[in-house]
Amino acid sequence: MIETGLFRSAGFRFGLVYAILLTISAAALAMFLWWFTAGLLDRQTASAIRADAQGLIERFDEGGIEGLVGTIEDRLAANVDDDAIYLLVDSNMNRIAGNLDTWPSIVDKPGEWRQFQVRRTGMRSLALVYRYELPDGYHLLVGRDVQVRVQLGNLLTDALIWAVAIVLAMATAGAVIVRSLFRRTVANVSATAAAIAAGDFAQRVKVSGRGDEFDQLAEVINDMLDRIGRLMDGVRQVSNAIAHDLRTPITRARARLEEAARNAHSNADLHAAIDRATIDLDGIVAVFQALLRIAEIEAGSRRASFRRVDIVTAVEGVADLYGAVAEEKGVTLAVTHPQRLEINGDAALIQQAVANLVDNAVKFSPEHGAVNVSATMEGRRIRMTVTDQGPGIPEEDRSRATERFYRGDAARGTPGSGLGLALVQAVAYLHGGVLRLEDAKPGLRAVLDLAPAEEVDG
Amino acid sequence: MRILVVEDDRDVAGFVVRGLKETGHVVEHAENGRDGLFMAASENFDAIVLDRMLPGGIDGLKILETLRAQKNAVPVMILSALADVDERVKGLKAGGDDYLTKPFAFAELLARVEALGRRGKAEATQTKLVVEDLELDLLSRQVRRAGQKIDLQPREFRLLEYLMRHAGQVVTRTMLLEGVWDYHFDPQTNVIDVHVSRLRQKVDKPFPVPLIHTVRYAGYMLRAEGAV
Repeated sequence: MIETGLFRSAGFRFGLVYAILLTISAAALAMFLWWFTAGLLDRQTASAIRADAQGLIERFDEGGIEGLVGTIEDRLAANVDDDAIYLLVDSNMNRIAGNLDTWPSIVDKPGEWRQFQVRRTGMRSLALVYRYELPDGYHLLVGRDVQVRVQLGNLLTDALIWAVAIVLAMATAGAVIVRSLFRRTVANVSATAAAIAAGDFAQRVKVSGRGDEFDQLAEVINDMLDRIGRLMDGVRQVSNAIAHDLRTPITRARARLEEAARNAHSNADLHAAIDRATIDLDGIVAVFQALLRIAEIEAGSRRASFRRVDIVTAVEGVADLYGAVAEEKGVTLAVTHPQRLEINGDAALIQQAVANLVDNAVKFSPEHGAVNVSATMEGRRIRMTVTDQGPGIPEEDRSRATERFYRGDAARGTPGSGLGLALVQAVAYLHGGVLRLEDAKPGLRAVLDLAPAEEVDG
Repeated sequence: MRILVVEDDRDVAGFVVRGLKETGHVVEHAENGRDGLFMAASENFDAIVLDRMLPGGIDGLKILETLRAQKNAVPVMILSALADVDERVKGLKAGGDDYLTKPFAFAELLARVEALGRRGKAEATQTKLVVEDLELDLLSRQVRRAGQKIDLQPREFRLLEYLMRHAGQVVTRTMLLEGVWDYHFDPQTNVIDVHVSRLRQKVDKPFPVPLIHTVRYAGYMLRAEGAV
């Protein structure tokens, strides 16, 4: 479930980080722009005033007060933009030259920038001035009318502030969107998990189809759920099978014992009944052990003890074990394989899987039939096939043949628990392989497809 | 043989103890881990049948580890309901000589315990096994009976070797599967019977006296005529 406390919400944190990052970058951009526009105007004005004043002071040094007055008047006359401001006064602050009427009281000491309101040719305007002290008590004021530039600067500054404000608003909106996106994605997973926790195992995380990280996460979760589902089906299948397939022999054993206890007329009868019941119980135990072994294999814990296993050794061993049985039945058991075929696996399980396949093949072979066992390298996979000429398994039953307790019609009359192929399949899965059942026309071909050792290692 | 049975379940213990006594063994019984450890450590036994899950705070594996830590090499057969491959490996690693899972047939238990008890006494450097007029030479890998050479396949040779090493003892099908083929699962089909019958064809059939006998409900026994 999604925590709604604002600061404990990961969505809120993501949104906040997004907003802060966006605002900081927008502010940095605005400051940069301001520095290169409004700031540049100010700096240009100041340097123009300095250069102007430098020239005037040099004139005063060369031509005295008359030269300076002349130069000021020349410059005023030549000032097309009408933005220059000069004022030269004597030690009593009486105007000598310049375009200001009186000394502005705000300019009280030299060496500082001053900005103030002036009234020039009937218009209110803004002046930026600098005061210079000349020899003989003269004071010089040099400046510029900055009304237009200040207006431009203010305009720029305002625009940038507004821009930052808009960015801030957008960042907030974006943060909300990011948060809700995040929440929606998590809510998708969370809702599925909650539904499954509540017992609806059919639920799956919705995949948007964009193939992004969230889709990948959803797919991984769905794969996991599918696997859990398969395992649960297995358990359900096993419990049903146990209920059904073990009740029968247990009932039989029980009936035999009770019958003997009530009706046996001789010791020999009693012994016979007990022996039969013991055999029944042994059969039940064998089924239990096979079931537990399959469960153990499916749990995957045997993977920890994987090491290099030679398939050829397993095949030869099994062929050796079953060769005699086949011969007894008049069945030829032929084996073809290369020198070595190594996989990474559990030797005992591989042995048992091969043994189960060969056991089946020999069991279902007709008299004078042939069983072919081959292990080969097909491309980058190891392929082990066991082919018989028996009745085979009808196509519609083939997918069910690897289920626990499945017994085909052809198997009705033969001994067996219906767990052999289920075990082979479990072993195949454990080793990252597959078991396929094919039509050998006539007969059955069981194909065990496994990855060679190098591949599993990598 | 003097055998200690450490088992807490009364019925199972009674069944095992009675069975072993009937077959001529001297049997002591301990009901919990503490008594079991005390008896195993203070007395001499030829073999111990040890349950894994025991009351009294000391389980079977702890008893086993303690014995082995004291350099006590008495053959121990673990008897347990824990049947997973990993559990079996754990039991053998702790120093067990054999591992039998419950439920079990008494014949299986008896055959294995007797095999364990005698293993200690078998000469390690034997080069020739002899039973009656049957001779098996481990070095030249030749088999002769009544002076006549018998040709055996390698696997038949190993099967006969196993039977002869356990001459006079019952050998179960499971023991043969484990000892000769190194298979640790039940193949359902009667593969072992077929192999034994083929061996009989070569070793017994041409001669007047059979040596390989079938023991009902248990397995096989190779023994000289008259010997039990």
